Amino acid sequence: MNHNNSQNNILKTENLVIGYASKKHQIVVASNIDLELHQGELVGLVGANGIGKSTLLRTLTKVQEPLNGSIFINDKSLAQISALELSKILSLVLTEPPASKNLTVLELVALGRQPYTNWIGSLAPEDISIIESALIQTNIQQLKNKKCFELSDGQLQKAMISRALAQDTSIIVLDEPTTHLDMYHKAYILKLLKTLAKETNKTILFSSHEIELAIQLCDRMIVMTDSQVISDDPCNLISQGIFNQLFPEDMIAFDDKTGSFRVNK
Amino acid sequence: MPNHTTYKFPFTILVVTLFICFLGNISLGSVSIPLSSVFKSLFASIDNESWHYIIHNYRLPKAFTALLVGSGLGISGLLMQTLFRNPLAGPFVLGISSGASLGVAIVILGAGIFGGSLAALLVSKWSVVIAASFGSFLVLLSVMTVSLKVRDTMAILIIGLMFGSITAAVVSVLSYFSSAEQLQQYIFWGFGSLGNLSWNELLIFFSIYLVGLIMSILSIKALNTLLLGENYAKSLGLNINQSRIIIIIATSLLAGTITAFAGPIAFIGLAIPHMVRQIFTTANHKILLPAVFLFGAIVMLICDSIAQLPMSDYTLPINAITSLLGAPVVIWLLVRKRKMLF
Repeated sequence: MNHNNSQNNILKTENLVIGYASKKHQIVVASNIDLELHQGELVGLVGANGIGKSTLLRTLTKVQEPLNGSIFINDKSLAQISALELSKILSLVLTEPPASKNLTVLELVALGRQPYTNWIGSLAPEDISIIESALIQTNIQQLKNKKCFELSDGQLQKAMISRALAQDTSIIVLDEPTTHLDMYHKAYILKLLKTLAKETNKTILFSSHEIELAIQLCDRMIVMTDSQVISDDPCNLISQGIFNQLFPEDMIAFDDKTGSFRVNK
Repeated sequence: MPNHTTYKFPFTILVVTLFICFLGNISLGSVSIPLSSVFKSLFASIDNESWHYIIHNYRLPKAFTALLVGSGLGISGLLMQTLFRNPLAGPFVLGISSGASLGVAIVILGAGIFGGSLAALLVSKWSVVIAASFGSFLVLLSVMTVSLKVRDTMAILIIGLMFGSITAAVVSVLSYFSSAEQLQQYIFWGFGSLGNLSWNELLIFFSIYLVGLIMSILSIKALNTLLLGENYAKSLGLNINQSRIIIIIATSLLAGTITAFAGPIAFIGLAIPHMVRQIFTTANHKILLPAVFLFGAIVMLICDSIAQLPMSDYTLPINAITSLLGAPVVIWLLVRKRKMLF
């Protein structure tokens, strides 16, 4: 694979500093973040609780401002991209469910077309075919007339991913898409993301605590530790011993050979 | 949002029912007028002049008022439930009705303090309307100012309720110092009334109502986006603050003028959207908004017909009828469905 080809670099950060600023002082969550994400990559963001994964995702998706440094999407500074413009480049799957559980799956997925529809939200034939293929890609056509409150957690997550697909963006960002799911559905969702990245050539960035699954499936991983934010191929990260720095080593150690964590007894 | 079901059948039923209820409403009243004469008088003059007068200057304006009140309150309830992501929100949770009540209380109850000829001037019909509009507008303006600073919609909901408590307290203080006659006048306003509007007053009512209605229609797309929650709506490129202000102004124009002209009318704004959701199983506002318009008008016309107590000289307070009908519906929904969705 040709990861370093600068032509398909889609999201890039330079000297990014993230955190929270109030009037008097700044709280820096992480600094010196230099990332490069490419087209068609599945990227997993991992790190311990409270390390700043959500803050990083919020900053990359323009929900909050960076403290310093810059973010480029398609070589354009994120600060200069309007909300409506961004909605056609980047879609979100958040940890929160939709506010109204009275939406049917079809209505939910169709809302992904909002940036493209007219003042009253009428769907053109083209919109409908995009919605249909989004339902097919996530394998939820048979659920389309169900209401959100009738769905299981796994089904709802697929519907939310389908909605992001319908938004037809080159980047999809998911915040912990595998929480509340059982082993099977965790693997299912991550495999689905892998397939989508490959087939649609979208860049899919997700944060997760499923490090072992992410190592097996991701094209690239971003690892956040206390001292650094590093991004590379999972194999390179293993050989550099990065995963050992994730958690206190006297408690949990990473086994390079099996690619899994062991609790020290 | 896709409309694979266009709901043509329920919409046809609603339109037909609305016509029947409208005609039924103008046929019923304390003076019994034969149905054929009622129809005839709509299109031509009839021999019996007093019947003609009753229909044209009393029953027709009242039926139109009922139509505007029911549809307007229903729509503002729908808007509030989506904006505040709360199935129990109605047009009055923002303190619109308490603001209007405060304005009216100051005019009616406070008139005694000014005394003499000024009091007589103050307690005219128009001053009540202006006071109610002014009161609801002031409360709304405060809520809007707060909503620009506080970004959490749930907090705005609670602030609206707090404004309600403050105005209620001021009204109690005012009523403590006022005469029995003034108190009675205030209480009668609180009963609500659909009658007593002249065609001229109705025209002004309708003009403001129309502005609110158009703003609601323009908000349909934003309302649908807001069903996902504010974070998703933002990621879909929606200008949240702008949409929120338009929706709040639309609600206040609708609910504010209705309260000014017809008094505080309970439960319609809360109950109508939920009743409509039982028939139209969609969350799409493109379907819900016209459905709520029709259904609200129908229910209000029926409530008014009941309030007339056909074949008798009594007229019951409209506010009591809407509560007697609305409250059990809300209870039934909660017991039957176990949960209220929006």
